[in-house]
Amino acid sequence: MNITEIHSLLLEQFGESVVGASPHDAIDPWIEVAADSIVEVATFVRDHEQLRFDHLNDLCGVDYLEPDPKKAKKFDHEPHVEVVYQLSSIELGHRLKLKVILPRWQNDEPGSEPVCPSVASVWSIADWHEREAWDLVGIRFEGHPGLRRILCPEDWTGHALRKDYEFPLEYHGIRGR
Amino acid sequence: MSMQIEDPRIVEFDVQTDEMLVNMGPQHPSTHGVLRLLLRTDGEIVHECTPHIGYLHRCAEKIGENLSPVQWIPYTDRMDYLAAMNMNLGFALAVEKLVGMEVSDRARHLRVLIAELGRIASHLVGMGAYGLDLGSFSPFLYAFREREIILDLFEEVCGARLTCSYLTPGGATHDLPEEIEIPDGLAAVTGRPQGERLALLDVVEIFLEWLEDRIREYHILLTRNAIFIKRTSGIGVLSPETAISHGCTGPVLRGSGVRYDLRRDGEPIYTRMYEDYDFDVIAAPFKDAPAEVVVGDNWCRFYVRMLEVVQAIRLVRQAIPKYQSAEGSHRETFRMNTKLPKDEVYLETECPRGQMGFYIVGNGTPEPLRVRAKSSCFCNLSVTGLLCEGVPLADVPAVVGSLDIVMGEIDR
Repeated sequence: MNITEIHSLLLEQFGESVVGASPHDAIDPWIEVAADSIVEVATFVRDHEQLRFDHLNDLCGVDYLEPDPKKAKKFDHEPHVEVVYQLSSIELGHRLKLKVILPRWQNDEPGSEPVCPSVASVWSIADWHEREAWDLVGIRFEGHPGLRRILCPEDWTGHALRKDYEFPLEYHGIRGR
Repeated sequence: MSMQIEDPRIVEFDVQTDEMLVNMGPQHPSTHGVLRLLLRTDGEIVHECTPHIGYLHRCAEKIGENLSPVQWIPYTDRMDYLAAMNMNLGFALAVEKLVGMEVSDRARHLRVLIAELGRIASHLVGMGAYGLDLGSFSPFLYAFREREIILDLFEEVCGARLTCSYLTPGGATHDLPEEIEIPDGLAAVTGRPQGERLALLDVVEIFLEWLEDRIREYHILLTRNAIFIKRTSGIGVLSPETAISHGCTGPVLRGSGVRYDLRRDGEPIYTRMYEDYDFDVIAAPFKDAPAEVVVGDNWCRFYVRMLEVVQAIRLVRQAIPKYQSAEGSHRETFRMNTKLPKDEVYLETECPRGQMGFYIVGNGTPEPLRVRAKSSCFCNLSVTGLLCEGVPLADVPAVVGSLDIVMGEIDR
């Protein structure tokens, strides 16, 4: 199935409040999904007999922000955070990209991480990928079996792939720069 | 004479009946790098295994946000340092997909030749080191002897042995040299005079011919070795459903009986590279497997790699005449300040250890907004917890080794 067919199938099933438009001029078109419904949509695309997206290739977070005010004019994204799901079906051979768009901070309160439901119950590998997205981009996955840092030490502060991340000057007496 | 225990509490000290936490790594030789496994054991039996990773985290993705793709190529080398060429290729193809670039036929066949040599070198380490994990030392030395020759060839081609940075967006940094001095190692094993100058492609041909015979020796030393079969068959059985759900790819997935290889089933930009090549996708079950072997066990994963070396030899053989007769330049121009379009791509390629994915978000500047490396070993490692449940402690290295992980790629 191509992206247009998948998009209309999802629209039919979930409606416009859940499934966003897919841009057709992109190299890899994607479908935007409302955060609250991602688990339902994920289960649907995994189990539907024409879709069978049984393989989660990748899950990662992207921070859209230009911290440099001089370059901000050329930056044409509103500040936000995305969770990107790359799916493929080993049985049927097609691919799909889903996106969940979140605010950079929950309720615009700096320091409170955005929340996204966890899909670890749908694809087991999401467990580790979500831990990484939490560790590096600071997205809190609700319903995750054990959300803790995976690459950085457990007592690390901040989330390194945030665009406004400040490099620590010191860690346990080790100078940072 | 009956034995008297003065203090009955001594018995309590001597026989421990509660569970024990055993910390394996991060400096344990059979964890293949800095992997730490936390094992909860009941006597010899492992009840729970929790992998802890991140000891080799070098912030490659954060660095990538500040460098142009050409500058980031050396960072991909340092991820899977045993298959640097394949990592270069994966990232180069992703960049080409983003900017809509096509390489010439000459560069395409050059890439197949180099990438498949890289696959042989990588599987030789995977296989040799696996024998080492199971206590058989000799195959490791033989595997490294063979790999050394490939590294010598890489050195002649690009100057570097391990971190090659050879395949770049647009093709490769240099064309293949015409004539080289035969590597000392190859001259020694084939009985040719040292320092003989030969065409590079002839040297490759001589090497492959010699290597083919060696594979039979590996089968005697490992594959058909009774001890090896005992240590690997029926242990660490991974069902295809679990493998897919855990995102396992490469030999781990194919060892579980799923015939899926991106060189055949991948995206067009990647499969186009292999379109006029003839090769088989290797997957369990095997007709010639020993009776004790179960689909998805350690032996199957090992055997998939062995047979993939044979397929890689076939591919290199086909690439040689194709490269010689191909037209075009070995490199299309891709500058360091080439601006990346405001779009995003994700591309996975079949690296020796599994499907390595690169996700690049362009931002209209030479530096991407986000560059992400999805590691195949990261996903393959995530099943260790499941596979090590209920196995004896001595089988943990056997299971971890059969996944053939490289920590540089997991931690990035």
